[in-house]
Amino acid sequence: MSALVILAAKEIRRGIRNRWVVATTLLMLALSLSIAFLGSAPMGTVGAARLSVTVVSLSSLTIFLIPLIALMLSYDAVIGEVENGTMLLLLTYPVARWQVIAGKFLGHTAILAVATAVGYGAAGLAVGLTEDGTSSAVWLSLATMTGSSVMLGAAFLTLGYLISVIVRERGTAAGLAVAVWLVFVLLFDMSLLGILVADKGATLKADAVSLLMMLNPADIYRMLNLTTSPDIAALSGMVSLGGRGALPAGVLIAALTAWIAVPLGLAALIFRRREI
Amino acid sequence: MSGPTVEISNVHKSYGGKQAVRDLSLTVDPGECLALVGHNGAGKTTLMKLMLGLVRSSAGSVRVFGDDPGESAAVRDRFGIGFLPETVSFDAAMTGTEVMAFFARLKGVAVADGMALLERVELADAAPARIKTYSKGMRQRLGLAQALLGEPRLLLLDEPTTGLDPNLRQAFYGIIRELCAGGTSVILSSHILTELEARTDRVAIMNQGRLVACDTLDALRDRAGLAVRVRLRVKQGDAAAIASRLRSSADLARVNGQYVDLACGLGDKMMVLRDIAALGPDVVDVEIVPPTFDEVYNHFCLKEDRS
Repeated sequence: MSALVILAAKEIRRGIRNRWVVATTLLMLALSLSIAFLGSAPMGTVGAARLSVTVVSLSSLTIFLIPLIALMLSYDAVIGEVENGTMLLLLTYPVARWQVIAGKFLGHTAILAVATAVGYGAAGLAVGLTEDGTSSAVWLSLATMTGSSVMLGAAFLTLGYLISVIVRERGTAAGLAVAVWLVFVLLFDMSLLGILVADKGATLKADAVSLLMMLNPADIYRMLNLTTSPDIAALSGMVSLGGRGALPAGVLIAALTAWIAVPLGLAALIFRRREI
Repeated sequence: MSGPTVEISNVHKSYGGKQAVRDLSLTVDPGECLALVGHNGAGKTTLMKLMLGLVRSSAGSVRVFGDDPGESAAVRDRFGIGFLPETVSFDAAMTGTEVMAFFARLKGVAVADGMALLERVELADAAPARIKTYSKGMRQRLGLAQALLGEPRLLLLDEPTTGLDPNLRQAFYGIIRELCAGGTSVILSSHILTELEARTDRVAIMNQGRLVACDTLDALRDRAGLAVRVRLRVKQGDAAAIASRLRSSADLARVNGQYVDLACGLGDKMMVLRDIAALGPDVVDVEIVPPTFDEVYNHFCLKEDRS
């Protein structure tokens, strides 16, 4: 068995043991089901399929929740083990440093994937199957949302590892993780909005805004899920952005992949140089 | 196998401004058992970390199985290295069995072999329990078991016998002897100097990051030139008379009732004993105390501190 698989399997086993898997899965399930059944009630019968409404609500929620869960899983992945001494022993085994990071990444991503797939899948099935007229396009957007939610989580996992290999103390890592969450989930959009209002469209055009949004994995996720399907774009109020500055899904997925790969690579590089 | 297992030449290691290891050279051959002794902070743990590639040397070179332990080529070499850290810790939520299986898989060893090692350190009964319920001694035994996985060719043990009860300690040294006979190089550090006597081939004494002496225990004793103490038991009241007859051959340390304590150099020991034998039945008993390892150790460390 390769070291990578052994390390990932250990991380999953640990997730099951300390109830992370159960807790996150139940949380996602509870939230998505409550949105599916209660969240769409005030809409009454509008033209849109109920599942479309659910997808919009769920993805707005995901932007807050998934980065938080991912950062909580990853911020102490390295520094925690360095502090309690288990890393010292692990690194004397025939595993390369990058494998330690990559193994944790695979294990944690699997945990996130299970929680997301179970949670959103259940909501999708509950809404989609109880209602006629859910088009295949809507099903596709649900699948896209589930997949991109896992990718969003993966991006914040790798940001967490990056924090974890840089800091000298676990407390610092926790503080930085909160800061990263605040910046990407709240402050970035608020400042972008502020700039746009002040600018009044004089210099910043729609494509420039789209490019700026690529600097934030949460915004890439937003664009990917709220602008690529016309039905959903109409519902989410992203029509203007979707109409003019929208980037093709392929570009957005590539950008999100870069947000996973670059911090992961950096974390592995920094960890390689670190003395334990 | 060709060449030494460990070859360290002129290694320096500093953390920030603090020099942990200074200009240290050392070779360890296959099948050799080397004891590292020194106070806390003498650089023993740093030296082990250098050999494991956990830290990089500031200057000089470290070679283990011919490779630099810090390079990625050395990852494969670690299949043949066992390590027990000074304070060993495991994921507390895992059971002994799970931890052992995990480490066995990483080392490419059959999980059953790992379980056999747990039995060997008398942990078989506790194996299904979580590590958080283990005592310090049990963790230490688990640490020992994982270090022995995969019949390592180099075994690095940092304070291995702390927390082991006496019979397990005996068993531990038995295992070490067996491994050395099979060609494994063992490097162990210990504070309990007396227990290293007759159990290691060579002793390396470290002080403030420097290797102050490295030789067999007997050779170190010779070099230290410490006195052998000889205690005679004589008939009550004869002590003063006997002492005056031996004044020419040995230093008189103490005379007390029926005891006469003498001190002499290692080289003069036989001569003194012949003189004592010549005293005939006046001497009831003779006890010879060679310098202890603690004294030898103190001698080298103090000499270093003075210079």
